[in-house]
Amino acid sequence: MFSLAIAPNFASTIVTPDIAWVALLPLLILSGAAILLLTIASIAPKDLSSSAFALFTGISALASAISAIPLWTRVQDAERGPFNTIAGGFSVDGFSLLITFLILISVILVTCLASAYLSDEGVAGPEPYALILLSATGGIIIAGASDLIVLFLGIEVLSIAAYVLAALDMRRVQSQEAGMKYFVLGAFASGFLLYGIALIYGATGSTSLSAIREFLDSAELTNDALLLTGIAMVLIGLGFKVATVPFHFWTPDVYQGSPTPFVAYMASAVKAAGFAALIRVFYGALLSYQTDWKPIIYGLAIATLVVGSLMAIVQTDVKRLLAYSSISHAGYILVGFQSGSNDGVTSVSFYLITYAFMVLGSFTIVSIVGRLSGGKTNLQDFEGLASRRPILAAVFTVFLLGQAGIPLTTGFFAKFYVIEAAIEARSFGLAVTAMVTAVIAAFLYLKILVRMWLDDNDESDRMSMRQARANIPIPFQVGFVLLISGGFTLFFGIWPEPIVELVREALPIL
Amino acid sequence: MGSFAFLSLAASGPSFPTIPALVILPIIGALTVALTPSARVGLHKLLATLFSGIVGAISVWVLAAFESNSDFQFVSERTWVESLGIQWFAGIDGISLFLVVLTGLLFPLTIVAINPSHDHKAYYVWLLLLQSGCMGVFVALDLFMFFVFFEIVLIPMYFLIGKWGHGNAKYAATKFFLYTMLGSAIMLVSIIALASLHSRDSGNDLTFNLLEIAENPAISTTTGRILFLGFALAFAVKVPLFPVHTWLPDAHTEAPTAGSVILAGVMLKLGTYGFIRFGLYLFPEASHFFAPLFLTLGVLGILYGAVVATMQSDLKRLVAYSSIAHLGFIILGTFALNTQGIQGATVQMINHGISTGALFLLVGIIYERKHTREIANLGGIQKSAPILAGAFTIVMLSSIGLPGLNGFVGEFLILLGAFTANRWWAVVAAVGVILAALYLLWAYQRVFHGQADPSDEEIKDLTHWERLILVPLIVAIVYLGIYPKPMLNRIEPAVDRLVAHVEEHAEEGRFREPTPTVGVRSSFADLVENFEHHEDHHGHDSHHDEGGHE
Repeated sequence: MFSLAIAPNFASTIVTPDIAWVALLPLLILSGAAILLLTIASIAPKDLSSSAFALFTGISALASAISAIPLWTRVQDAERGPFNTIAGGFSVDGFSLLITFLILISVILVTCLASAYLSDEGVAGPEPYALILLSATGGIIIAGASDLIVLFLGIEVLSIAAYVLAALDMRRVQSQEAGMKYFVLGAFASGFLLYGIALIYGATGSTSLSAIREFLDSAELTNDALLLTGIAMVLIGLGFKVATVPFHFWTPDVYQGSPTPFVAYMASAVKAAGFAALIRVFYGALLSYQTDWKPIIYGLAIATLVVGSLMAIVQTDVKRLLAYSSISHAGYILVGFQSGSNDGVTSVSFYLITYAFMVLGSFTIVSIVGRLSGGKTNLQDFEGLASRRPILAAVFTVFLLGQAGIPLTTGFFAKFYVIEAAIEARSFGLAVTAMVTAVIAAFLYLKILVRMWLDDNDESDRMSMRQARANIPIPFQVGFVLLISGGFTLFFGIWPEPIVELVREALPIL
Repeated sequence: MGSFAFLSLAASGPSFPTIPALVILPIIGALTVALTPSARVGLHKLLATLFSGIVGAISVWVLAAFESNSDFQFVSERTWVESLGIQWFAGIDGISLFLVVLTGLLFPLTIVAINPSHDHKAYYVWLLLLQSGCMGVFVALDLFMFFVFFEIVLIPMYFLIGKWGHGNAKYAATKFFLYTMLGSAIMLVSIIALASLHSRDSGNDLTFNLLEIAENPAISTTTGRILFLGFALAFAVKVPLFPVHTWLPDAHTEAPTAGSVILAGVMLKLGTYGFIRFGLYLFPEASHFFAPLFLTLGVLGILYGAVVATMQSDLKRLVAYSSIAHLGFIILGTFALNTQGIQGATVQMINHGISTGALFLLVGIIYERKHTREIANLGGIQKSAPILAGAFTIVMLSSIGLPGLNGFVGEFLILLGAFTANRWWAVVAAVGVILAALYLLWAYQRVFHGQADPSDEEIKDLTHWERLILVPLIVAIVYLGIYPKPMLNRIEPAVDRLVAHVEEHAEEGRFREPTPTVGVRSSFADLVENFEHHEDHHGHDSHHDEGGHE
């Protein structure tokens, strides 16, 4: 590895830090691709097909992922190990790379999904793809952030692109509403986050996570009100991003209204980035204050689990239902997060990876069923799916059972792992609550299963419309998404060892 | 694993992977059926029969090759998820042996006997997966592996009830699923906590190995009791024990015949087996501490099941409630915590599987002919279908516990064991035996005697095919009733070892010194001691030949 230092020629010039460009390569490829995409699209002839944009997006995400592989080897190398760059603002360790890979994989899968969906909805142009690439860039910045300002920067890049993605389907008023809601509430949460960062800076004198940690380890604060208020504000801001109760109110509306592929993106990549931010801040900087924040997380986790699973039961729209279910999954991740140990981090990473595939697959199915039933995703639209599209129903069953935490799917091991982390941290009450809400949540997945497999009594008019649409073929790239996510959920559900080892090698060091 | 003297890996003999075959063959069968074209209905049944039949044959071979000692035999061990300490660790001992055989044989019989009303392919796929799951539960010696199978059986059964059931099947299936899942959810927390405490105490990595954990207890009394309750809740729901039984009548009544047969024959045993294999073995002290509670619940179940069964107007519901009573007996025997009681419970699990399985099969046959299960609408069947009536009589008498048939052996041993532990529970439970005679004979009288509905007097008798299915069940009923010794001989060493283990680790047990009110204690103490001296040489060859208790 070599770093290009910009040597100061004059004493008066601003001294810029050394930058390990190789470490930033995944980021640069991604953001470069986004800009290039917009440039090409504005120069190129108007009739350039949107599948070309999708292909370009997929390839650049792949290139970005490949450029991260040498970094992973380097980080795992005992002699060289993880490192910092940009004056300690950006760190490259196992955790940041793991989240990077996760985000890039979901970018690839979401792009596949979007290319089919957008052409159906009549949304042309390169903008969606450029926005996905930019948003993913933000996610990668978050994953590696070792400074609160860099973290904030990442969150804003991630979120602002996501706001636009939510509102992208301009023909539908729900989509615009979703985008608006997401933006207003998101901006509000960002305000909280920034204020919290300012307060933490005021209390500790630094925005660098490692400096904050060292300060808190060495110094005893006589009055930590400022710091605690800062922690609380940061928690509110990040809690909004990962949709924990009581900061979850945007989720159902946004998930219901946004274009389905981008909902899949929010539930997988954005959620992963949000939890990466939580881990960076709370494990990286504030671990010595865990006696203060753990009870709060404990309470948040219980509220999130209970509200998420209970509210999901009464939903009739499957997208909304999955939104609440994603809230309850955030609760499980908090259960692992709350343990404050290495086991906690690995269980959170494991959960994020496995959940990303399950939720991507679920929303893929929802978007297909939405197409079959003319844009509607009510529970009734899943009635008798098993007799019309048995394979589709079988694949959806895998995702639903996975989310319910039934053995031999990755979802089971994910739950097992977070519960284990909680028990190792002696949080028995939380573990029991989590398992009880798992049963409540199982009920709602069963509700969909019943509709798909056991209900077959349709009114005739709807039936005939469905019959007409029943044979719409599934586009190749959508089938690919289902194959990857379904295969992942089943294969690693039976043999999770590789993923467990992966997350164990991916602890945040810096 | 070399530290377990009774685990004779070398002595397990043949290199054929018996247990993996038992568990995995049905899955291969399910995949094969799933991949055959939907139109070939006959082929589905043939394949399903073939695969489950091979599993049955292997289980019979296991029975033949099993040596009557307390070792776990046919042990198969593989790492599964090394970093989490999860193993594939399975073996068969006297307690699980006959349950494995029952699972092996009841499935092919059911598959042959009953044709589904629709959607043949999926039906056989689910049945085969269910066989694999049940098999997995009975052979698992790793807590995690056990949990996986314990939970996975819900899915096939859910679909079998929901899709091929009658009436309010969706409701029954969902209720069944959620009840059982709630129980096992808490059990998962207990399992992880137990493993975590164990690894912390021993300083080793996390392990879920049942033998490792049970033989090196590392938990305080209070913790043990709490964790035991976590396990007990899961098993109690699955059994089902009295206050958490409400899913059973619904599930049984709405389930298709095959579902009922398997549910009663095999799946209810998952709970009682769990109590014996995991509850008692892992938590000897807590088992003693909570024994009065479970004895009481068992007796309540016996009385409640009997009384409610008497009042049923639906024949299938009646049999379902009689199951609750029978399972109360099994719990009673289990928590007597002595050799006779647990041996009786193990025997009774098999007996109940055979008898109640056969009863549900016969009720299904009647329903198929008369299209009603209302006892009031049935009647006079005996005149037109004497063989059906005869078969029903034998099965029913076995269920009542008539001496000479299999039901008697188990009930007798259970009552003997319970009497040793505390006579009053045994006395009250004995009333249940009388009640069983009451409701079953009364039901028989109303269904088979009396005036037939003149409109459809001609009810078809058992076909040759149906007779062929019922013959093995009836042979088993009579054989195990007259000559249970070979069965008892195989069960006994394992039960002895378990009882010795429970006694050894239950210092604070309330039942350690039996209550002085039990006057017959001395003679039974001799009996128990008689068994215990075999424990001194629990090596490979502790054959017990004087095992019969009759």
